[in-house]
Amino acid sequence: MKKQEPLIPTTSVVLPNGSGAAAILSAGIGSFMVALLAIAANKSAILKNLLVFYKPTGPLSGVSTTAILVWLIAWGILEWRWRKRNVALGRINAIALVLLGLSLMLTYPPVAELF
Amino acid sequence: MEITARSLWTLIHGMGFGALYLLACSGALVELYRRYSPKAANPIAPGDDNFLKFYLVVLSVLAWLTVLTGAYIIYPWYRAAAPAGAVYLSAFPQRLLLSNPATSGWHSLGMEWKEHIAWLAPISITMAAAVVIRYGRDLRNHPQLRAAVLCFTLVSFLASGIAGFFGAMLVKHAPVEGGRVIHLMHGE
Repeated sequence: MKKQEPLIPTTSVVLPNGSGAAAILSAGIGSFMVALLAIAANKSAILKNLLVFYKPTGPLSGVSTTAILVWLIAWGILEWRWRKRNVALGRINAIALVLLGLSLMLTYPPVAELF
Repeated sequence: MEITARSLWTLIHGMGFGALYLLACSGALVELYRRYSPKAANPIAPGDDNFLKFYLVVLSVLAWLTVLTGAYIIYPWYRAAAPAGAVYLSAFPQRLLLSNPATSGWHSLGMEWKEHIAWLAPISITMAAAVVIRYGRDLRNHPQLRAAVLCFTLVSFLASGIAGFFGAMLVKHAPVEGGRVIHLMHGE
């Protein structure tokens, strides 16, 4: 006979929301950095050359690597500051989702070319 | 029946990691919506909780494998510069697309969008996995966290869908070919 797993009530421990907020906001920042750096590299020849971290891939290597580094650093700092706290999650969610929406919009070439 | 090494890598990237990610991501969306809903009546079994955590970790690995193989293995072949005066451009997909006004949009819109939007998928799904690992069942007590995780997972799905669609169209119009020929079987 199959052993039944114990069911644990969901309200036993409520963790502070800071850690989740840190992950959400930093993901918004990281996504936005992808779009921002892609546009910047397209506009500036100097930056475009600086962002060539791996020649066969071209500036995309620098755009993606820099955005990932900014995302992880932002995540680390926010996690360190917020992990034991409850923060204003509504406002942080709104900022993160605006950044994510902007990333979606700004990676679309016809929009990116407006800058 | 044979396939070139570059075609095989394109298959692994698109049909392997990418398509599997898209399929699995739709499952994650359903589970995240259903399981951690504050209105859900049933408590969550620890085994179920651990399964979703594992599922999201695998999903994150798939997303990273997709973008990394795309950017560092296939994209260099795609954007390889053709020698001056080259007439046959089939080994230089980007140049081939740009050489014809009827196909140039697949690069200037398709690849330009795909190469950037694709990175939103692993960033978003890694965040979703981290939040679910950290909070697990407790997400039912954090509806705002759950809502944000769902939005990011949805964007991850959309981003990978857009990248996948343009990837398929690019392969159709200017396939990445070349490299060692792998013989799969001999015909009759």
